[in-house]
Amino acid sequence: MTRKQRRLTLIFGALALLGLAAGLMLFALRDTVVFFFTPSELATKTIKAGARLRIGGLVKPGSLDKQSGQKVRFVITDGRGDLAVDYTGLLPDLFREGQGVIVEGPYAGGEDAAQITFHADSVLAKHDERYMPREVAESLKAKGLWQSDKAGAP
Amino acid sequence: MSVEIGLFALILAFVLALIQGLVPFWGAYRRDAHLMRLASWLAVGQFAFIALAYGLLTYAHITDDFSVLNVFENSHSLKPLVYKISGVWGNHEGSMLLWVLILSLFGALLALLARTMPAVLKANVLGVQALVSLAFLAFILFTSNPFARLFPVPAEGRDLNPVLQDPGLAIHPPLLYLGYVGFSLSFSFAAAALIEGRIDAAWARWARPWILTAWIFLTLGIAMGSYWAYYTLGWGGFWFWDPVENASLMPWLAGTALLHSALVMEKRNALKIWTIFLAIVAFSLSLLGTFLVRSGVLTSVHAFASDPRRGVFILAILVIFIGGSLALYAWRASRLQAGGLFSPVSREGALVVNNLLLTVSCATILVGTLYPLALESLTGEKISVGGPYFNLCAAILIWPLLVLVPVGQSLSWKRGDLYGAAQRLFFAFVCGLLVLVLIVAFRSGGPVLAPFGMGLAVYIICGAFAEIISRIWRKSEGLHALWSRLAGLPLSAFGTAVAHAGVGVVLLGLSATGWGIEHIVAIKPNQPVALGPYELVLDGLISRHGPNYEEAAAQMSVRSGGVIVARIEPSKRNYAARQMGTSKAGIVTLNLGQIYVSMADANADGSVNMRLYWKPLVTLIWLGAVVMALGGLLSVLDRRLRLGLPVKAARSKIPLAQPAE
Repeated sequence: MTRKQRRLTLIFGALALLGLAAGLMLFALRDTVVFFFTPSELATKTIKAGARLRIGGLVKPGSLDKQSGQKVRFVITDGRGDLAVDYTGLLPDLFREGQGVIVEGPYAGGEDAAQITFHADSVLAKHDERYMPREVAESLKAKGLWQSDKAGAP
Repeated sequence: MSVEIGLFALILAFVLALIQGLVPFWGAYRRDAHLMRLASWLAVGQFAFIALAYGLLTYAHITDDFSVLNVFENSHSLKPLVYKISGVWGNHEGSMLLWVLILSLFGALLALLARTMPAVLKANVLGVQALVSLAFLAFILFTSNPFARLFPVPAEGRDLNPVLQDPGLAIHPPLLYLGYVGFSLSFSFAAAALIEGRIDAAWARWARPWILTAWIFLTLGIAMGSYWAYYTLGWGGFWFWDPVENASLMPWLAGTALLHSALVMEKRNALKIWTIFLAIVAFSLSLLGTFLVRSGVLTSVHAFASDPRRGVFILAILVIFIGGSLALYAWRASRLQAGGLFSPVSREGALVVNNLLLTVSCATILVGTLYPLALESLTGEKISVGGPYFNLCAAILIWPLLVLVPVGQSLSWKRGDLYGAAQRLFFAFVCGLLVLVLIVAFRSGGPVLAPFGMGLAVYIICGAFAEIISRIWRKSEGLHALWSRLAGLPLSAFGTAVAHAGVGVVLLGLSATGWGIEHIVAIKPNQPVALGPYELVLDGLISRHGPNYEEAAAQMSVRSGGVIVARIEPSKRNYAARQMGTSKAGIVTLNLGQIYVSMADANADGSVNMRLYWKPLVTLIWLGAVVMALGGLLSVLDRRLRLGLPVKAARSKIPLAQPAE
């Protein structure tokens, strides 16, 4: 093979691989992406049952109900809408009433978001120094519910 | 007073970096040996001043000088000494100072160690290095001054985030930074080659030890970070495809590709333009990682409270350096001479495939990491791209790469012989197949891919040493000849074998996770709970005081056949200053596997909720990374690279007298 032919082989090989990768990425992105909503946003969307969602908000004070085993129920709120959540497992260290959390799980569907219970399979209390997931903080700010406390400790 | 000296030292370092970013280029352009030699002194001086500033900040932390804002926000007088020292880089300002400290350290090391390097190349490399340094010193001085004072002086500090009060923090960031920032030198080498418009095998010989060094530290840093996440976060996971983790994995993939393409360049004088491109990409990804982590666009333990000015500043640095270097590349790359020819089936060919697969997987990770950010800024929709995406993409691209690792090693340079390579790998292949068959026959359960992973891992480990065996083994000769041939092999041959074997070891650990066991139970005192091959018993609960926290711990014993083999103490801590709790998982290593217990709340009936894991062979994941790093170290120590071939340097065609050295 001449130098030119070799270079062409190489370039076409690389392009084929890149094309494959791009196809793979699009395929994987379509099926594995998880959308994030707050409870009030969820109420306005129509989402097909079975899609994985992340819902973020504050744990409504007084709503945490520890049941038998490791089963817990609580309500997350963004001030305008509430969503009941149940979860089986250990809650993260930073999980507290009044704190921001994100729950993730398959969306069961249903007509009215206020009526359904969201079966979370993971609960995240990942946080920055202000103990608030960024998505939650931003949606609270957008809804005018953000209280900036400069005192440091929550 | 010492605090003002620290700030002053930083400003002086900034001035030195400014001079170092101008004079050597002028010297190299005019071929003025004196001006070029000045670069070395400037690099050492710049390092000395930054080290002074860093030392003084550490001093302020140790002596609890709460008049410094940075100390007040991140320290506490009761905090143990080791966390006062490591707390210096446990916050935004301090970690950026560590960043430039390491950046200038690499510059100073190059200035001192590479004495026989061609003067023009050295001057240009140090000049580019100084420009990077200049940008980050400006960033620190203008947006994140670590020496800012606070008045009135508070009596007590706010303490360090408890999650960061851990021995892992003491080691992980410096290692990771040594890796991240280490690629700045390969970037500087690439930019210098483009500026000079000349590149040859000697360039690769000079650049490769630095690429290897950065790669070793990055490997260790990622492994350390993964282990840290594993034992502090309490979920038993070791990799979450978190954007911050991806930010460190991308430079690693690009750096691994660079390492291999630089090898082709050194040995065969080919793939030159590609190597330069990879060197730019590896450091650009490091910068991107710094931006993602430091700008606050992501939330994680790594994103310390940030203000938007910082994000914009780092973004500007990012655009200038990545854009500038790629523009330089587009403008000058055509001036570089294309190199030697090789047939598609050859070691070079295999390394090209390696490079393609590594860079493409790096690109898929890049897309997955940036896509949510892009989508949010364009449409406002918030999404997360998590494990499933990355597992699918990476798995499809990484499996063929793993299969090819021993094959590439067994091919010869320039023109390879597939049949011969297959013969050399026959033994390794049989070993892998045997393991696969044995596991399938005797071990039921677990995911389908796990036995294949184990088989592949054994094939890689055996195959890694096949090259050495084939180089020293001759049928008709005795042991003595074999031994002397073994001693005659260059260290880098062992380096390659060990590093590749490390990949196999990591894969062993990853595959074995398939047989892990997880239980979430409410465990009662003195009632045994079965966990894999062991039994766990809760012996009692105790509470105690730490220096700056209260702790509740569970004392547990691990039994095997009724005999106590180990004790475990998972605990929950509450840090008073921040009113914040953390759990400490109890971990014990048994036969390379680990029992991992993390504790949650106690119930009313006296039982305690716990998460129990049995993770067979899990330690191999991190040990494998250490083995890989060890392989890298063997290659760095190779005589050829260490001496930098002075003969070659003297022969290089620079039209000026070499400075006497």
